[in-house]
Amino acid sequence: MQQLLIDLAAVLAAAAPLIFATMGETISERAGVINLSLDGSMLLAAMVGFAAASISGSLSVGFAAAALVGALVALILGALSLSLGQSQTAVGFVLALLCTDLSSFLGAPYARKPGPAVPHAPVPGMSDIPVIGPLLFSHDLLIYASFLLLPAVWWFLYRTRAGLVLRALGERPQTAYARGVPVIRLRYLYMILGGALVGIAGAAYSLDLKQGWSYRHTFGTGWIALAIVIFGGWQPWRVAIGCYLFAALQALASRSQSVLPGMPTQVFQVAPFVLMIVVLALINLLSSPTAARRLAALPKPLRHPAERFVAWLATPAPAALGQPFQRP
Amino acid sequence: MEVSVHNLTKTFGTLRANDNISLRFAGGQIHGILGENGAGKSTLMKLLSGFLRPDGGEILFEAKPVALGDPGAALRAGVGMVHQEPLDVPGFSALENLLCAAPRWALPSRIEARNTLTVLAGRLGFSVAPDDPISALTVGQRQQLEIIRLLACGARALILDEPTTGISAAQARSLFVALRRLASEGNTVIFVSHKLDEVAELCHTVSVLRAGQVVGEGQMGVPQPQDRLLKMMFGGGDHTPAPRETPRRGGSPAVPSAWRLEGITAREGNLVLAGLDLDIPAGSVVGLAGLEGSGQQILLRLLCGQIRPSAGRLRMAGADMAGASPAIFRTCGVEYLPADRLVEGVVGPLTLAEHFALLQPGGMIIKRHAAEDAARAAIAGYDIRAVPDSPILSLSGGNQQRAMLAMIPENTRALVCEQPTRGLDVASARAIWGRLLARRDAGCTVVFATADLDEILDYSDYVLVFFAGRVSRLLPCAELRVPRLAELIGGVGFEAADGRAKANPQ
Repeated sequence: MQQLLIDLAAVLAAAAPLIFATMGETISERAGVINLSLDGSMLLAAMVGFAAASISGSLSVGFAAAALVGALVALILGALSLSLGQSQTAVGFVLALLCTDLSSFLGAPYARKPGPAVPHAPVPGMSDIPVIGPLLFSHDLLIYASFLLLPAVWWFLYRTRAGLVLRALGERPQTAYARGVPVIRLRYLYMILGGALVGIAGAAYSLDLKQGWSYRHTFGTGWIALAIVIFGGWQPWRVAIGCYLFAALQALASRSQSVLPGMPTQVFQVAPFVLMIVVLALINLLSSPTAARRLAALPKPLRHPAERFVAWLATPAPAALGQPFQRP
Repeated sequence: MEVSVHNLTKTFGTLRANDNISLRFAGGQIHGILGENGAGKSTLMKLLSGFLRPDGGEILFEAKPVALGDPGAALRAGVGMVHQEPLDVPGFSALENLLCAAPRWALPSRIEARNTLTVLAGRLGFSVAPDDPISALTVGQRQQLEIIRLLACGARALILDEPTTGISAAQARSLFVALRRLASEGNTVIFVSHKLDEVAELCHTVSVLRAGQVVGEGQMGVPQPQDRLLKMMFGGGDHTPAPRETPRRGGSPAVPSAWRLEGITAREGNLVLAGLDLDIPAGSVVGLAGLEGSGQQILLRLLCGQIRPSAGRLRMAGADMAGASPAIFRTCGVEYLPADRLVEGVVGPLTLAEHFALLQPGGMIIKRHAAEDAARAAIAGYDIRAVPDSPILSLSGGNQQRAMLAMIPENTRALVCEQPTRGLDVASARAIWGRLLARRDAGCTVVFATADLDEILDYSDYVLVFFAGRVSRLLPCAELRVPRLAELIGGVGFEAADGRAKANPQ
């Protein structure tokens, strides 16, 4: 029981960078812009954040630098795609490759050096509550922030006027324009905001969960983050569930390493990615026409809840995702 | 609020879309704007609502010149536009749509917005509830929501662009009632249309645009003689309402059937056609009438094999078509003309010649010369304004439709058309119907659906009326008049015309 609690707490913590990255991407994609550079900008931000924190000795400088890098990459993507009308996916992909290599090149002097890390900070009083205490309140500030970010993004998207406009940008920017919304400017804003969150996700690795810097430090989690946003239906809560699921799979894989000593270690590193894709693909299969036909054959009392569940799973992409907007 | 334009000019390249237009739309009245496709109506409305900026001349609200940078500025000044395809967000609820980007003074809170929506809908006789998702509303309801939103955001002048396209007759009636009411309260209503009868019924004044210019003396009082307006719209020529070139057929029971449906049941979404027995006589035009989504689409798609019946038998000229794919229907001589030309009908960026190349049977290599010859023959034969190298996308709606008709092989035995003249002006629609009737006279069966009652009565030999998934018997068109047809569409006295009420299982 005690062990399970520790494991669960570790999973909640390990998912924090993914939460930052996926929430950033969700905001950006909900406004209609795909930031495909996510993996690259996360790596570059991890490196810059670590370097800045090491040089200045200040963690906040490190995180600020990382957020700045993420925002800057988003700005470049915005300038090329929103203002100059280039393909978001093509530019994003090239930026991902560029930032990855840039991080390896610029980060070489910092590889495998010790550096500052976010200190453990249990919440006084609350960390002693049984079960909830060790699970939620004995982490560090960054992890707490990831817990708060999720409801905050949800609240912003679904409960505020600005969030309503943001969603309109991704669904039908012509409508937003007709109502006097500065479409391009707002898309820049949300893209840069999302980019900054992606940057923080990078620094969350290098300054907290996987302290230090090494070649390809984040090991492709950026790509999984992109997949989680898509399969999570662009809805914060479901995206978050995906993040925690992936972290749990990773924990499971590292645990099985001791059980199966004959297996090469690479298998355990890669397995969570494969499993995650399989899980997500299965979920998507449920909402396919074939599955719908199978469902229709079910007896009535079973069919309705099943159909409602599938309808809940099948959330369409923002209708204008990836499409450039031109004022008439 | 008075809206006027003075010497307004807008050019796109060498095209003068609006050329020195001066008009004055007084408050408290409904103003009709007539003109065929491409006459410059939409450009003028987009200039008035801030979507476009003029190249010359000025726009005046309440006699004060205004510079409209974007649609938001126009709405702040009190002018709102309802687009033909309402500009809303499909994923939102009606309430969210109302709130989206609305100024805070207009709708300070969710509760206020809910209130405003209910009150305005009640006052105008509209049927929109706050929690309806947009995706579940009809075009007519979405239009109503847009009108409510614009009024809530302070619009005192409303521009409606072809508002009766794609909405039911009942919705059009309630729209007209609401517009009259808004005008009587002092608002300005600008009603853009190419339907003469609607303008005559609704508007206080009418102006006609042709080739970017105002024709005649500008604003004219209503009523105006119909042939005069037609002459102004199309520039002289003969445009009296179409006399029927060919005698109406029908009534002769000896005609063999093109399709025979025996106890057909089919479903699409929530709508079910159940136990349908029907004989469609060969060589006739059958019009499908009814409110949007009453089952016409299901029948159309059944007839060309796009959906399969879940029960019953479909025969074509005696052959059982059970389990046949659309391709087999095509080899049997059935062609389908979809309503969404650019979605299901043609491949936008491909040229006319390439479309004919697509029709070439077999072989690995495109026979370019043959395709170009075919395209040239179609251009000459169907009066398409294009060259073989024009991408289909660059043609106007009427030319696209003619091109699609030209692509249908001569030996076609049956033609299934969904709204064959949607979005076309009067002249183009008439040209399309000329072709369709010629096909019929050559022995082809034509089945079409439309929301336009006049189109049904003008061109059909037989009419099938749909009401909530029920189908009338085959009514000879000669026996029908508009009032009776309108009643049937609304479900009044449907039982008497219901051909299979007895056969309908409980």
